[in-house]
Amino acid sequence: MSMPAAELELLGPPIKGPSALGSDWRRFVRLTWALATTDFRLRFFGSALGYLWQLMRPLMLFGVLYAVFSQFLKFGGDVKYYAVALLTGIVLFSFMSEATVQSVRSLSNRENLVRKIEFPRLAVPMATVLTSLFNLALNLVPVFVFLLAAGARPRWSWLELPALVAMLALFVLGISTLLSVLYVRYRDVEPIWDVVLQMMFYASPIFYTASIVRDKAGEDVLRLMMCNPFAMILQQTRHAIIDPSHESAASAIGGAPWLLVPLFIILAVVAIAYWLFDRAAPRIAEDI
Amino acid sequence: MPEQSVPAIVVDGVSKTFALPHERVHTLKEKALHPLRRSSHETLRALRDVSFAVPKGEFFGIVGRNGSGKSTLLKCLAGIYATDAGRIYVNGRVSTFIELGVGFNPDLPARDNVRINATMLGLTPREARRRFDRIVDFAELHDFVDLKLKNYSSGMLVRLAFSVMIQVDAEILLIDEVLAVGDAAFQQKCFEEFVRIRRSGATVLLVTHDMGAVQRFCDRAMLLEHGRRVELGEPERVGMRYMQLNFDPDARAQEETEAQEADAGPFPAATASAGPESRPELRLGDGLAEILESWFEDEDGHRTTALVTGRPCTFRTRVRFKARLQDPVFGVNLHNSNDDHVWGANNLSDQKSGRFEAGEEIVFDIAFRNVLAPDRYFATPAVANAAGGLSWHDRRDRFATVMVTGTRPANGLVDLPFEIAVARVATGATTEHPEPARAEETAR
Repeated sequence: MSMPAAELELLGPPIKGPSALGSDWRRFVRLTWALATTDFRLRFFGSALGYLWQLMRPLMLFGVLYAVFSQFLKFGGDVKYYAVALLTGIVLFSFMSEATVQSVRSLSNRENLVRKIEFPRLAVPMATVLTSLFNLALNLVPVFVFLLAAGARPRWSWLELPALVAMLALFVLGISTLLSVLYVRYRDVEPIWDVVLQMMFYASPIFYTASIVRDKAGEDVLRLMMCNPFAMILQQTRHAIIDPSHESAASAIGGAPWLLVPLFIILAVVAIAYWLFDRAAPRIAEDI
Repeated sequence: MPEQSVPAIVVDGVSKTFALPHERVHTLKEKALHPLRRSSHETLRALRDVSFAVPKGEFFGIVGRNGSGKSTLLKCLAGIYATDAGRIYVNGRVSTFIELGVGFNPDLPARDNVRINATMLGLTPREARRRFDRIVDFAELHDFVDLKLKNYSSGMLVRLAFSVMIQVDAEILLIDEVLAVGDAAFQQKCFEEFVRIRRSGATVLLVTHDMGAVQRFCDRAMLLEHGRRVELGEPERVGMRYMQLNFDPDARAQEETEAQEADAGPFPAATASAGPESRPELRLGDGLAEILESWFEDEDGHRTTALVTGRPCTFRTRVRFKARLQDPVFGVNLHNSNDDHVWGANNLSDQKSGRFEAGEEIVFDIAFRNVLAPDRYFATPAVANAAGGLSWHDRRDRFATVMVTGTRPANGLVDLPFEIAVARVATGATTEHPEPARAEETAR
């Protein structure tokens, strides 16, 4: 049975059902913000030392790694501000690992919302990444404190930081979106991603430096390593924030044009993630 | 077609199927090992070609037994589920209340939860802040706004959640059984609030089991069974069909075939708005007893089609039994021309009626003083079996009619005998008993 055409015209288009972004971007932004700030507050109000614990986690890891590599293995002695460089790596990696690991189950954890109200589905992984971004902002405070305490002076290149963080956040958002939607269908995404994260930790110059890779493994290995967007962003952050003696990402990868490779990877991950998520969005409520 | 007559909601041939996998392929490993094996699944057809339209400003009920597809329908309307076939047109800002307090967090104080919940339901943070006081006022929780929700009682939670929800001024409200929670007084308050919202011009869709609520508040209702629309029209009629489905297994089996035949147009509102006289007779029951005839008699025992307000009268019904029945229930319901259910009488709680043999014919009388306001009335007599849930032997909808006339205009549904007394109240130092000025009117 179908409606008379004249009446259909008055009604306007039929409703579309659930989607990734929804029809009203302001609602999308508000929801993402509300979800992210709520999570953030909960983590802080949950315990008396909320803020301290948030700082402690990367600092503890930093303490262990620093003791092992710097004191016992006599590692990084010739690297300027090695401690701060290590901390920077840990803080950025913590952001990536926290955001993505939390995102994997984000849709299932918010099942109640997904099944009970209409809202843009992408707000869920987006909010998870945003919460981690707040934490990153907090964790960057000790980085700068350590840096200034170690004797560094502010430089204009510090202004690169927001752009670098934004790039990393985009990459992380892509991964998070991808993982969250895959998890709805395939539950073993979770352990797989844990392993991949471990690999990324060791395959990125977090506790070692680019120059060590070049010396020990050769130019090609370093260039390959820099194709990983995370490694590239970390390297550039060290160059811009800590000291120019840490080589820039462009130099590490063997020339600025090569930077297009990690940049392309970021965009590809985001594009694939969005495409998959958008395709799955109408059925997420029933598939969870 | 003028603007006002555009319906708030049009559902046009909507179907929805869920795949229920027998063994779900949940891991990549399984998928990799058996890439060609199609996972077997059952399909559950939750909605089958459902169509209806709800005009602006209507209070519309969706009823059905568990698993009839009513909640799925609401979720489709709300945009939570995507439909498989058909289209849904929604004309206005929608608020969905499938559950109260979506996104409530027990570890945060009420103040924050109100803000978050309101945002989820579609308010901007600024609107949410501005309405905060009104929300707390309605919930009567002023002293507890800074208390964490985990310390709230469930009644307080419901009140808070409901208050947020009604402050989201939507043009269309989709409500799913949220009122099953909360105490009776609060439920009453909720319903009053719905009626108020409706009066302000909003459209309300209510999914519920509660036929009482449907009959009290809904303008029209729809009955779903196995995902099909089996009845749409005034609540009384839908409610009756619902009762029949619940208590009569035969009727349930019939639904399958009937639903296919009884296919209505896309705007069934038009057919339902026809007067009560034009509808075909609705007769329900298992036929173990048969209502043959019903009529009214005046105080002198004469058959009549017109009664006078204030006089005694009798409603009589002739029944033939087709089987031996123990203690059947006899009753009648009266509706006025406005379809209000004015009065009902039966011997359900009074007395046992005794045993009747097959072939026996009886007349049951219901005598009453006619206090009905002048109007046309329709009587629905019924013979039912009270044992193990009410089920009808025979029920003939609007089987008899009577005109009630009176000598003075009545305000309301009934014209009860009354007395009015006016007394002067003593003023100043006068202690004498004042002489009452008394006007008296007795029943005619």
